[in-house]
Amino acid sequence: MEIIFNTESLSFEYISHDEKKEQKTLALNDINVSITQGEFVSILGHNGSGKSTLARHLNALLLPTAGTLWVKGMDTKNAQNTWQIRQTSGMVFQNPDNQLVATIVEEDVAFGPENLGVPSAEIRQRVDWALSSVGMSKYADVGPHQLSGGQKQRIAIAGVLAMRPDCIILDEPTAMLDPRGRKEVMQTVLELNRNQGITVILITHFMEEAVLTDRVIVMDAGLVVMDDTPRNIFKEVDRMKKLGLDVPAVTALAHQLRNNNIELPDDILTIEEFITYFKP
Amino acid sequence: MRKIVIGQYYPATSIIHSLDPRIKLGGTVFFIVTLFTVNEWGAYAVAISALASVIALSKVPPKFMFRGLRTMFFILVFTASLNIFLTPGENVLVEWFIFRITSEGVSQAARIGLRLITLVTASTVMTLTTTPIQLTDAIESLLSPLKKIRVPVHEIAMMMTIALRFIPTLMEEVDKIMKAQMARGADFDTGGLVKRAKSLLPLLIPLFISAFRRADELAQAMDARCYRGDVGRTKMKIMRFARRDFIACVIAIIYAVALTALNNFL
Repeated sequence: MEIIFNTESLSFEYISHDEKKEQKTLALNDINVSITQGEFVSILGHNGSGKSTLARHLNALLLPTAGTLWVKGMDTKNAQNTWQIRQTSGMVFQNPDNQLVATIVEEDVAFGPENLGVPSAEIRQRVDWALSSVGMSKYADVGPHQLSGGQKQRIAIAGVLAMRPDCIILDEPTAMLDPRGRKEVMQTVLELNRNQGITVILITHFMEEAVLTDRVIVMDAGLVVMDDTPRNIFKEVDRMKKLGLDVPAVTALAHQLRNNNIELPDDILTIEEFITYFKP
Repeated sequence: MRKIVIGQYYPATSIIHSLDPRIKLGGTVFFIVTLFTVNEWGAYAVAISALASVIALSKVPPKFMFRGLRTMFFILVFTASLNIFLTPGENVLVEWFIFRITSEGVSQAARIGLRLITLVTASTVMTLTTTPIQLTDAIESLLSPLKKIRVPVHEIAMMMTIALRFIPTLMEEVDKIMKAQMARGADFDTGGLVKRAKSLLPLLIPLFISAFRRADELAQAMDARCYRGDVGRTKMKIMRFARRDFIACVIAIIYAVALTALNNFL
């Protein structure tokens, strides 16, 4: 499989201005990861761990202060690559309201391809396809303010899809949504990954969402501290706790039971799995 | 689903609704200009009947047409009374103290009043039959020659679009902040003018801060979607003149000729 993202000792330092003193913060510290086309990766980490900063690098919104990041072989530091990179890896942000530009859903989905200079007839096709991919075709001509949070996020995903990206980066897309909206968005993203082979990088706070992905990268203080399958990551309950992260509730429960000498495997991730061990 | 309308667009399917927005915008400006050339009653009759037929074709209930006039009422009365009292003339109808009303004054006031009413109604017809987004597109297209003298036409149109997009969002936000402040004991409804203006501060400050934050995030999102101003941009919906638009142009020309004839040769 083709490698889509590749970093070599990627670092990012920024200067924050406090009341009087200036403080240098190393938000990303010597990151070396590579992500293959078609993967579904989640990035975990508590606030300030650098996960959002990393996401913004993948789309050339931020540029490394040291080291290099290649997107499909293109160096993000080369300004000539910027637009090609942003077309390759689309980004969905946290606040559903602050990323929709137009007053009508289909016009908003068309915004990306319009910026790329795609011919009108093809934009029309792409918009219709993108809206049906996220299951929002019947909302094509309503205003964004008439939609729920989950629906708005699906429109934002459609807006990225219409640019025909290889990868979608989602920066805590469900943080401001209710459980139903969260489910809608995850369902949409999963389908895109499974059916269309689009690489997905999901930054999230919700462990239940990370469980659904193929690979989990855990970040802490600008470093990648763990990088493995969800099953291998979440079985290290104590280490996750130390990093200020939770594990899925059912994994935590199994862990507790195991500590109390009830025999259970250490890599239970879902309730369905858990139940199978208690069936007579 | 309930349709919340921004501006005063009245959704309907009529020939006026389906006209190219550029024709409607240009036509309205043209109509208003012709109104200022009109002086004779016969020409007024033509202008008013032309407007009346457009209203009839638009299928918008006439009561919506006159909403715009309500806000205009004061200006209307003010202008008309100035004209009544200040027009010099021979034929004195009433004279009292320093006030003098002449028949020329009355006729002038009536004409000015009629002109204002027609003018406001004409622009109301346009905004009732054109969505704000169509209007923005029309303005961008009609002003595009100005790009040659470096007027940022595309940027202006984009700003208008974003403003339209965020009106409902910010209104929702005002509502939320207001309720949050009321829950903490804020009082927006009582007191004098100064006190009320002051009580708006705890509403306006959070609103502004959040608007700036939104602007920042939106700019980033637009950047991420490859927005770089007017450079190499295409549009999904291209405005094209249809046959009905040409017919509208022809009618407008016939109207202008008729008006000029009535105004000058009768």
